Amino acid sequence: MTTVAVPASAAAPAEEARPRRGWTQHGLLFVAPFFAIYLAFLVWPLLQGLRMSLSSVNIAGTNDRFVGLANYAEAFGDPRMWRSLGNTVVFTVLSTIPLVLLGLGLALLVHNLRFVQWLWRLSFFGPFLLPSAVVSLLWLQMIYPPEYGLINGALGTDVLWLGDPSTAMWSMVLTTVWWTVGFNFLLYLAALQSIPHHLYEAAELDGASAWHRLRSITLPLLGRTTALVVVLQLLASLKVFDQIYLMTGGGPGDSTRPIIEYAYDAGFTGYRIGYASAVSYILFALIVVVSLAQLRLFRKSEEPS
Amino acid sequence: MTKRFGWGRLVLLAVALVLAAAWLAPIAWAVATSLKPETETTKLPLEWIGSRVTLDAYSLVLGTGGIVKWAVNSLVTAAVVTAMTVLFSAMAAYGFARTSFRGRRALLTVILAGIMVPPQVLIAPLFAEMVSLGLVDTWWAIILPQVAAPLIVYILYKFFQDVPPELEQAAFVDGAGRWRVFFTIVLPLSRPVLAAVSIFTFITTWNNFLWPFLVSTDPNTMTLPVGLANVVQGTFGLRYAQIMASVVLAGLPLLVVFVLFQRQIIRGVAHTGLAGQ
Repeated sequence: MTTVAVPASAAAPAEEARPRRGWTQHGLLFVAPFFAIYLAFLVWPLLQGLRMSLSSVNIAGTNDRFVGLANYAEAFGDPRMWRSLGNTVVFTVLSTIPLVLLGLGLALLVHNLRFVQWLWRLSFFGPFLLPSAVVSLLWLQMIYPPEYGLINGALGTDVLWLGDPSTAMWSMVLTTVWWTVGFNFLLYLAALQSIPHHLYEAAELDGASAWHRLRSITLPLLGRTTALVVVLQLLASLKVFDQIYLMTGGGPGDSTRPIIEYAYDAGFTGYRIGYASAVSYILFALIVVVSLAQLRLFRKSEEPS
Repeated sequence: MTKRFGWGRLVLLAVALVLAAAWLAPIAWAVATSLKPETETTKLPLEWIGSRVTLDAYSLVLGTGGIVKWAVNSLVTAAVVTAMTVLFSAMAAYGFARTSFRGRRALLTVILAGIMVPPQVLIAPLFAEMVSLGLVDTWWAIILPQVAAPLIVYILYKFFQDVPPELEQAAFVDGAGRWRVFFTIVLPLSRPVLAAVSIFTFITTWNNFLWPFLVSTDPNTMTLPVGLANVVQGTFGLRYAQIMASVVLAGLPLLVVFVLFQRQIIRGVAHTGLAGQ
């Protein structure tokens, strides 16, 4: 990795030379400003969301009655909820595979090229720095349209990329790969640069071919990076909303609508905040499972190797 | 790795050039379209350069004023979020890493658990909270929830644990208090990691869409992504040169900054993206 190895993190606060005493030196004062904001704008809405998901509250804050698990029961029996949850899972699978493999491939390519690094980095990582609205407007208005769009215009085809349910999700994946592969590319590039050079020199002296060096040195050493990249990518893809909302609005039909958009629709166009919270918490449960895998990975990296 | 210049490397270079061209093509197409006269933007067969190169679309877009206002809003909110996040997170991380007080472990656990909470699932209750606080359509509604980023506390906490305590102890012996040690010794030592999390926070805030989109309905408080999504599509209709000029104007600032500060930005994104791993 790019950073120094972290020693065992148990180190208790230093006890030898004590700072002055007095209430201004209390550790809680350092923690308080962040913790206040954290309580107000993360913990509180998290608990409120749970409470709302058990109520029939609407966006105006009225009709706030406790309904138990009725919202969850309704969600589990709601085909549109399942459709949108399914869309999110399909998008996650379809996007994670190329985003990880292409990220790795581009990093290997650029790492071995050793010159005009700035050009490769700008090309592959640049799009990641564009706001989702910029990416969506660009692809919606000038890349995907039938006839004059860049893809159809260049290929001479007339495909309704976004208007056809059978291609719309693939188009979302394509745009997302173009937009965000730079992040994984960067993480892999950093990992490649931290592989000690002498490993390759020894292998080269032994007459190992480039392919052999890749298979037996590079790829095994990228194992942990790959685990992290996959988990981060799963989490990012499960949260997909912006580009789909902005480009297809979830359509055609419900063919691309992700679960976050379904929750958003329920809450902000259907005014049913309680139901929207329940739908959100179903996604949250899924994300917690993936996050726990992530925490395990982080913890493993803190153990001295 | 390979020292000689062989066919293998030539093939690699060709592949890289083709891929780079493919990756740059959409951006180049946006720039090309924005420089065409409006009547030629949908002409077939496609042409990269129109009958004349014109900046009309840019002057029309800038003339309506919206985009400049949104850019200022984005800049201000992203700068305030970054400053507050880094200062408060660094203070909290230092408190957790270097002081001991009752409840320290419990508070730390509550914060670390928050890393798992995706902001997207909080939109409904958070919006209700902003309504009751009367903050909708203000900068504070955009700013405050983005400051509550537990990941940054975690990264800085891990960093501070590795700062040798001897550096601080010398100052404590001289009678310095914790605050002076924090601001004059610990923070200056941490400049690289602070730069990394600042860059990461700024980029994510500058580009954030869903939350600012929910809490700004007034074009005067909209950030750049929200203004583009809301207004550009509505008012410019099918004037593609103007839409692409807006896209270029909105996308350009970070790309220019990236070209200027590539090394720092890459380090910042990679370091924070991997949560300091």
